[in-house]
Amino acid sequence: MLSLTPDEWTAIELSLRIAVVATVAALPFGLAVAWVLARKDFWGKAIVDGIVHLPLVLPPVVTGYLLLIWFGRKGPIGGFLDHTFGIVLSFRWTGAALSCGVMGFPLLVRAVRLSIEAIDRRLEDAASTLGASGLWVFFTVTLPLALPGVIAGMVLCFAKALGEFGATITFVSNIPGETQTISAAIYTYTNVPGGDAAAGRLVLVAIAIALAALIASEWFARRAGLRFHGE
Amino acid sequence: MLALDVEKRLGDFQLAAKFEVAGGATALFGPSGSGKTSIANLIAGLLKPDRGRIELDGTALFDAAARINVPPHRRRIGYVFQEGRLFPHMSVRRNLDYGRWMSGHARDAAEAGRIIDMLDIGHLLDRRPGKLSGGERQRVAIGRALLVKPRLLLLDEPLASLDSGRKHDILPYLLRLRDDAKVPMLYVSHDAPEIARIATAVVRVADGQIAAQGGLDLLAASDSA
Repeated sequence: MLSLTPDEWTAIELSLRIAVVATVAALPFGLAVAWVLARKDFWGKAIVDGIVHLPLVLPPVVTGYLLLIWFGRKGPIGGFLDHTFGIVLSFRWTGAALSCGVMGFPLLVRAVRLSIEAIDRRLEDAASTLGASGLWVFFTVTLPLALPGVIAGMVLCFAKALGEFGATITFVSNIPGETQTISAAIYTYTNVPGGDAAAGRLVLVAIAIALAALIASEWFARRAGLRFHGE
Repeated sequence: MLALDVEKRLGDFQLAAKFEVAGGATALFGPSGSGKTSIANLIAGLLKPDRGRIELDGTALFDAAARINVPPHRRRIGYVFQEGRLFPHMSVRRNLDYGRWMSGHARDAAEAGRIIDMLDIGHLLDRRPGKLSGGERQRVAIGRALLVKPRLLLLDEPLASLDSGRKHDILPYLLRLRDDAKVPMLYVSHDAPEIARIATAVVRVADGQIAAQGGLDLLAASDSA
């Protein structure tokens, strides 16, 4: 009763893979955007901020539809990726990673931005008087001190990516073994007679993964906080 | 030698500073809010003048007309801040080494040893800034600024955040610094007795303008803080 079928394992492995790839791929962009929003002032900043937060506010299906238009094989970006690099995103797990990453991105940026804003800029000034150029200040002072926030942001992004449903199913559909993540699998099983047991098992797994991620992030954040704040 | 002739508008406050600093310890003296720290920040490159020129040892650090603005990390000007500003996530040793690490220079163990001995911070090397007293923090901050081998050392009210006991403890180190370190110092302060002990020349600042430039007799005027 409680052991998982191969299809269920596939859904779990796929979800984890997609969520990890989405988070890791979103990280460099998230750090860069968060830093710019935290430290720079420029015309159009509010617009950039708004665009970053759109996936949080738009209906997920709308986000999925927009991804389909741009990144589908016939879309401007999707077509370019296909012709130039042979990369196809629609109906592939990589497309699912994209949609999950896009949906988790605003959560990552918010957490990192708050963390960077909390860092005393005077420390960054001190670093520059000691010979550190902008990038060095970021990597040796800003990022280490922002680490707890970065970790928190990554966990939020991971959790969002793991549970993402609407955008993913719209963009890459619900293909077992390729794009059927845990959420999509649960949804499918609840629509199938006799699928309750399978759905129930996957629900428990989803809860367990989410709890493990939260506990791990707390542990890492606390360790980073202790190490870097000299307690 | 530092030569400065700059203007900067800061909100409602208009700053215009023109003076020169030779060797020894020059005090930038004036009441709170007179613009002393802003002048130090302009020299360090943390603030950009609206107009004018800043020149150190014959090279332009800033020249509005020639569109020169050397960024702070390339000016090689040491800066000791009022609050120390040690990096909390690094040990004292790594804080001290930070400037050398950024410049990529080889370790000069003899020079580092000399500075560490002069400031008496050898026993603090493995501690974190959070575990230091105010006086110890300031000494480490001075060491950190010196170890970049600066051409000029800026000190912005380095004793202001310390109680009188700590001030008394650090004063000898500042005197040692002035006499041994061979680097010109620009010492920002509103405290006349403190300056009288340390400085060899005085630049008086009032309301964003340079009121006078000369010797220690300038400290005696009535409107000091």
